[in-house]
Amino acid sequence: MNSFTFTQATAVAGAVQDKAAHDDAAYIGGGTNLIDLMKENVARPTHLIGLKKLGLDTIETLPDGGLRLGALATNADTAWHPEVEKRYPLLNQAILAGASPQLRNMATDGGNLMQRTRCYYFYDLATPCNKREPGSGCSAIGGYNRVCGILGTSDQCIATHPSDMCVALAALDTTVRVSGPNGERTIKFEDFHRLPGDHPERDNTLEPGELITGLDLPAKGFEKNFSYLKLRDRTSYAFALVSVAAALELEGTLIKDARLALGGVAHKPWRDKEAEAMLVGQRATADTFRRVAAKVLENAKGYGANTFKIELAKRAIVRALKQATEMNQVLDTNAFQNSNP
Amino acid sequence: MSHTTDYIGKPTNRVDGPAKVAGTAKYAAEFSVPNLLYGYVVSSPIAKGKITKIDSAPVLALPGVQQVFSHENVPSLAFLDRSYKDDVAPGGSPFRPLHDAEIKYSMQPVALVVADTFELARYAASILHIEYEEAAHETELVKHIDEAFEPGRGKTGYKPPKSRGNFGKGWKQGVAHMEANYSHHAQHHNPMEMFATTVEWLGDKKLTVYDKTQGVFNSQQYISKIFGLSKDEARVISKYTGGGFGSGLRPQYQLFLAVMASLQLERSVRVSLTREQMFSFGHRPETLQHVAMATAEDGSLTGINHFAVAETSQFEDFTENVVGWTGTLYDCKNVELGYRLSKLDVFSPLDMRAPGAASGSIALEIAMDEMAYAAGLDPLEFRIRNYSDFDQAQNLPYSSKALRKCYAEGAAKFGWEKRTAEPGSMRDGKMLVGWGMGGGIWDASKMPAVVKASLDADGHLTVSSGTNEIGTGTYTIMTQIAAESMGLPIEAVTFVLGDTTLPESPLQGGSWTAASVGNSVVEACTKLGEALLKQAQKMDNPAFKDTKIDDVQFANGQLRLRSDETQAVVLRDLVQASGEPKIEAENSTVLAKLEMLKPPKYSMHAHNAVFVEVKVDPDLMTVHVTRVVNAVAAGRIINPKTARSQVLGSVVWGISSALMEESVMDHRFGRYMNHNYAEYHVPVNADIHDIDVIFVSEEDDKVNPLGIKGLGEVGLLGVAAAVTNAIYHATGKRVRDLPVTIDKLL
Ligand SMILES: Cc1cc2nc3c(=O)[nH]c(=O)nc-3n(C[C@H](O)[C@H](O)[C@H](O)COP(=O)(O)OP(=O)(O)OC[C@H]3O[C@@H](n4cnc5c(N)ncnc54)[C@H](O)[C@@H]3O)c2cc1C
Ligand code: SF4
Repeated sequence: MNSFTFTQATAVAGAVQDKAAHDDAAYIGGGTNLIDLMKENVARPTHLIGLKKLGLDTIETLPDGGLRLGALATNADTAWHPEVEKRYPLLNQAILAGASPQLRNMATDGGNLMQRTRCYYFYDLATPCNKREPGSGCSAIGGYNRVCGILGTSDQCIATHPSDMCVALAALDTTVRVSGPNGERTIKFEDFHRLPGDHPERDNTLEPGELITGLDLPAKGFEKNFSYLKLRDRTSYAFALVSVAAALELEGTLIKDARLALGGVAHKPWRDKEAEAMLVGQRATADTFRRVAAKVLENAKGYGANTFKIELAKRAIVRALKQATEMNQVLDTNAFQNSNP
Repeated sequence: MSHTTDYIGKPTNRVDGPAKVAGTAKYAAEFSVPNLLYGYVVSSPIAKGKITKIDSAPVLALPGVQQVFSHENVPSLAFLDRSYKDDVAPGGSPFRPLHDAEIKYSMQPVALVVADTFELARYAASILHIEYEEAAHETELVKHIDEAFEPGRGKTGYKPPKSRGNFGKGWKQGVAHMEANYSHHAQHHNPMEMFATTVEWLGDKKLTVYDKTQGVFNSQQYISKIFGLSKDEARVISKYTGGGFGSGLRPQYQLFLAVMASLQLERSVRVSLTREQMFSFGHRPETLQHVAMATAEDGSLTGINHFAVAETSQFEDFTENVVGWTGTLYDCKNVELGYRLSKLDVFSPLDMRAPGAASGSIALEIAMDEMAYAAGLDPLEFRIRNYSDFDQAQNLPYSSKALRKCYAEGAAKFGWEKRTAEPGSMRDGKMLVGWGMGGGIWDASKMPAVVKASLDADGHLTVSSGTNEIGTGTYTIMTQIAAESMGLPIEAVTFVLGDTTLPESPLQGGSWTAASVGNSVVEACTKLGEALLKQAQKMDNPAFKDTKIDDVQFANGQLRLRSDETQAVVLRDLVQASGEPKIEAENSTVLAKLEMLKPPKYSMHAHNAVFVEVKVDPDLMTVHVTRVVNAVAAGRIINPKTARSQVLGSVVWGISSALMEESVMDHRFGRYMNHNYAEYHVPVNADIHDIDVIFVSEEDDKVNPLGIKGLGEVGLLGVAAAVTNAIYHATGKRVRDLPVTIDKLL
């Protein structure tokens, strides 16, 4: 870890200016990811800009019935916010499936979007990694890639975005609000994270110096039929091998609207709109779900240690959609998961 | 002497609990000494090759950086291998930190940067430029089975496995058979407290060394020999250890580095390792095993074959008893055992909780389950039919063996009789239910230990010995034993440990501390009792004239006549009357040492039986260990409370081994890749459900006077196998490569 200077920003404009004024500056939210990366020498900023005093930690209802999450609201405050619990229970479940209570108390919503991959090689300077050092090679391909992706990968990088929260945000059609040297703009959630392609060093479409100020959730929260299913190596405090956010609008057993997003499988939360379209107008049956699952994984590619994820993802999709339909979590894996959030 | 108070066998709170909870218990990296320098270790990114260049100048130019130590400037030290051997070093040539340019394994320490602050040292280490010339490395055990060799005598405690009878004949006699291969990967101890050493420079080569270790004397003799220090110059202290599990049995390299830097710079120095560096030394070795068994019509075993190949380093032959237990645990005439090592470019493996037995019992106890199915028998019934009443391996009777009780009481508590044999036949709603069992055996050992008992004029008893507290409850049980021996309330007794100025005790390991130090506490107290009686006799009290130690007892803080309890003197008054500040006595280890030279008359072992319930999601194949009953026969239990904690921890570890724990190596780099707590998975609270611990009664007057067999390790045995067997029972899937992660069940 190198030495750094620190300023506590009190206004968005000031933060953006401060960032532009330094070559190697970084914003810091809860620091739960950035500080780790600094300790491992993966990130070496020389200047940190604290965001916690920006006043962006509020959660407010919007005139159109949506909800605005301040970028600096903590993951814990967001999950347990009454409006989130009541109207966006999918988001509540997804956040609580991630990390640990201590981490969620520190971690911010903006930081959650920006957290970097947990690919082992990315974290270990002794090994080549295109994301850390472009052009050095991808060690995960042909290596220990159990945690890596199966969808939308490239021959440069097969890393995943590790967030749980973002999977629900993707499913819910969130809009990301940002502020930067060129003013403010919004980014559709599906356009925020990117696929690795030839530039795995870029996780998202944020321009240099841009700051996330908030996340806007549309009014529709799918609070009646939803499920966040996370499969991992232990029941808590582990990243998803595969996770599924499923949300349905049902009329009897008829599917009127559907959302389906996956975590742990790609460089971004994997939302499949074609699969969603396949669900709409169908009866919510195991058969339908299986067909949809097969479609989502149609072009999946395994890399050895992670090939099992293809089958696991299919089963997880079916289960999540089933749970969203039946909304009973009596006796299955989720019962164990939820007994200890 | 007699026991009149009642501390032994009573659940007793940890005497060191308040200090730990309040944060006043100090660990090696927490001793603040004045003018401290901080060392940060630089680790090798390559697994084999040599260092060609170290560019220290830019680092040394940073204000506050004191020195960069590497093979280029390490002082000349002891020459012979012998000087680098610690008490439990295996055969071979011990690793010498910063010795030369050669890289022997990935993450080998290659330099130590010493600076005024920890942060500066860490930063300086991160910019230290080192160049390497890489050489091809070999780290993959399966590729080197053919080169495996039979180790010689190996390290202390290693018993080359002995075959008996004729397995080939036994195999042919059998009517049912099983044969399979088993494997598990390397595991790292990963105690919560990372390795650290704080060396206080007291001037003129005199050091006080606060070390994370399981044996202060081992650390002391190691640095004394290497650096030519006298015992007085190298005092080692370790009052608390934040978990050891065997990792602290050998001195780790931060001890060497901190002492070396302190002597060179003539300053106090602390070196602490990072979590990542906790993967840079000993580990439970990856082990590949093969088991074949055959049974006769009546389910009795006609032959067992158990063979293991384990990894070791290029420089030492680390041996453990993996297959030997197989020859003892079950009754069988034809047993063929084999154990080999293969040298790889890794650091030497190291004893890790139940070394050898934990690995061996995975294969043996899964194989027993497979054999039970092949023979059409219930796994418990099968084990009972092959119960060993006489140790055929040592050709000795057992000093005691209450394993039958473990089977009976464990099964009853678990409800085993309701089990239906067919895999997949039990359900709880949609979840598949599986019940599996296993068990194990561990040595009941005792080593010579010296204890001093000292009573002061306030009537306070201080008992001391240079043993260690690794969280097992040593402070507490020794205090209980001493209080009971001297008839004092527990508050009037203090046990002191973890300092080389105290009487010498063995390493804290092998489950022998309770028996070794515990019995010595009784002996020292007996000696003290004799001294007190002598003092009473000096005091012209006619009642004690001509009395022998057996005629008196110690109770209520008094020395009194057995025949007439009203004839009593207060212990405090005896000390006061002596005119000395205290009366003290030490036990002698002469007899204990002689005893060790004699061939044993009995086979002395602790045993256990474990019953496990898993629930498996039939679609997603997620596994939940919902119930465990672990019944243990370990002789006399001094403190059921701390003993239970030992077994609970063992069960959690067993679940961990079965389902999640493994150090994953990328063989292209010869490097463990999941070197942190986020990715080296051990269970969290949500993974652990009901655990029942039963201590079956087992009286043993042969094993040692207190009848203690030790508990640190036996509770782990059979747990991983029982979980795996339960998964088979639930799903019909037999996984033989641990851990059983979700991908292996899909
Ligand atoms: C052991 C462990 C386990 C975890 N398990 C999980 C899990 O299971 N599921 C899961 O989803 N997450 C998990 N996490 C990750 C955790 O959710 C993230 O670390 C956290 O959300 C990051 O938020 P932060 O505020 O601490 O970000 P920081 O560490 O402060 O910042 C992360 C990055 O975001 C940038 N940044 C921060 N705020 C902004 C902003 N407003 N605008 C622009 N850039 C910004 C920073 O510059 C930095 O690059 C785990 C983390 C750890 C350490
Ligand atoms: S998958 Fe991406 S992050 Fe991982 S090693 Fe390859 S390039 Fe690096």
